[in-house]
Amino acid sequence: MAKYTLLIYGDPAQWEAMTPEQWKDHDRAHEEFRTTAGPRVVGGEQLEFPASATTLRGPGVTTDGPYPETKEVLGGFYLVEANDLDEVLALTALLPEVHAEHGGVEIRPVIEHP
Amino acid sequence: MTDIGAALDEAHRRDWAQVLATTAQVTRDLDLAEECTQDAYAQALRSWPRSGIPERPGAWLTQAARHRALDVLRREAAFRRRLPLLVIDSSQESDLLQLIFTCCHPALAREAQVALTARLVCGLSTAEIARAFLVPEPTMAARLTRAKKKIATARIPYRVPADDQLAERLGPVLDVIHLLFTTGHTAPAGPSLIRHDLVTAAIDLARTLHLLMPRTAPVAALLALLLITDARTASRVSAEGRLLLLPEQDRSLWDRQQIAEGTALLTAALRRHPPTRYAVEAAIAAVHAEAPTWAATDWTEITGLYDVLLRLCPGSPVVALNRAVALSFRDGPAAGLAALTPLLADPSLATYPYLSAARADFLRRLGRHTEATAAYEEALTLTDNETERAFLKRQLP
Repeated sequence: MAKYTLLIYGDPAQWEAMTPEQWKDHDRAHEEFRTTAGPRVVGGEQLEFPASATTLRGPGVTTDGPYPETKEVLGGFYLVEANDLDEVLALTALLPEVHAEHGGVEIRPVIEHP
Repeated sequence: MTDIGAALDEAHRRDWAQVLATTAQVTRDLDLAEECTQDAYAQALRSWPRSGIPERPGAWLTQAARHRALDVLRREAAFRRRLPLLVIDSSQESDLLQLIFTCCHPALAREAQVALTARLVCGLSTAEIARAFLVPEPTMAARLTRAKKKIATARIPYRVPADDQLAERLGPVLDVIHLLFTTGHTAPAGPSLIRHDLVTAAIDLARTLHLLMPRTAPVAALLALLLITDARTASRVSAEGRLLLLPEQDRSLWDRQQIAEGTALLTAALRRHPPTRYAVEAAIAAVHAEAPTWAATDWTEITGLYDVLLRLCPGSPVVALNRAVALSFRDGPAAGLAALTPLLADPSLATYPYLSAARADFLRRLGRHTEATAAYEEALTLTDNETERAFLKRQLP
């Protein structure tokens, strides 16, 4: 088994413009992802909107938000365990962000320190 | 000694992929499998002159690579414990198919898929692949290393995809083989038009894939396309190395047996499966191959096939360009020129030499010689293949 993080990216303006009805569908898709993955999901969080972020870059250099120029931001993540990339790809395809026109999900293997 | 050389060449061509695929099962590391396979061939070069050519060269090479692998694994056990292992599905029968699908996994970039397939499956050297794809050798070596590292660290499995994914995952495999073939069929640069090593490697691989997946029609259709296209090779360049276009080619030089084989494969494939892009391209090649003379070419049939192809590849400017050429022979150069006009604004064709060359040809046939010359000159600035450049220069006044 190996660990992967699924980094969920999207356009915050588009997320904010979603109707309560769309959010319900969105949450249902995440629910389905978690049910299908079962114990393979070992962690994950939805992040607050990027306006709440603070970035430190070098001593005393504080920036408001993540990268001010980028439209695509990190909206949340999962940490999953799987045997291989094909297994992760099949699970990740269930996430609604994969099918949204903005954003996507980046799959990164995790280095496991002993 | 020449016998040994020929036997080794033959064994390299026929057995390389299988030796490597089997060795990877032992090493669980593609890098090491490649090294051991290379080593087995070097060992054969040393020992076959003394011991004679083995009865089954493939088995001999597999055994040699396996011994070498076990040796390295024993010696480097401590170091190798820290390396990620290739994830192998041991329930599957064909390790060769596993290798092919792993090299063409969609999580790898197309250029990485092509490089890996050329190196690990076709057994071309890094230097040969670098030359074919016009990059410096260290760049190609780095590309291969990165790709193998991704397979290991992201755990791209050594597996043939399940039936419900096979159609989707077969796409990149066929595209990679097609790309290897076209890169060899008209080399992007250099003194000769054709790179036979790439063409042979691509046809061999398509044949192997067809043997392993005989019921999969899209594979048969691709093999048909490569065979029919390659059958015209002998007539594409004159004795003096001059590029000859279809109308001037000596059709008696075409390999009739290969055309017949391709056509039979295509007919069988079309009976089992709706036409794929490569099947329609093979059908177009077959119509050309069946015409006894240039004048007897069935342009109505060919234009119709391009219409089908355009539906399968919607918005493809290259298909639209080829359709315009067919149209110019069915309805005249003015019709071809009209069909070409919307493509002139397409940014993806901005540096495509065949667009300028086609436009130049239509203008020449319409008697608009000044404009034709300008278009030929434009095409000349866009291609680096010397045989093609010589052809274009001959069109200038």
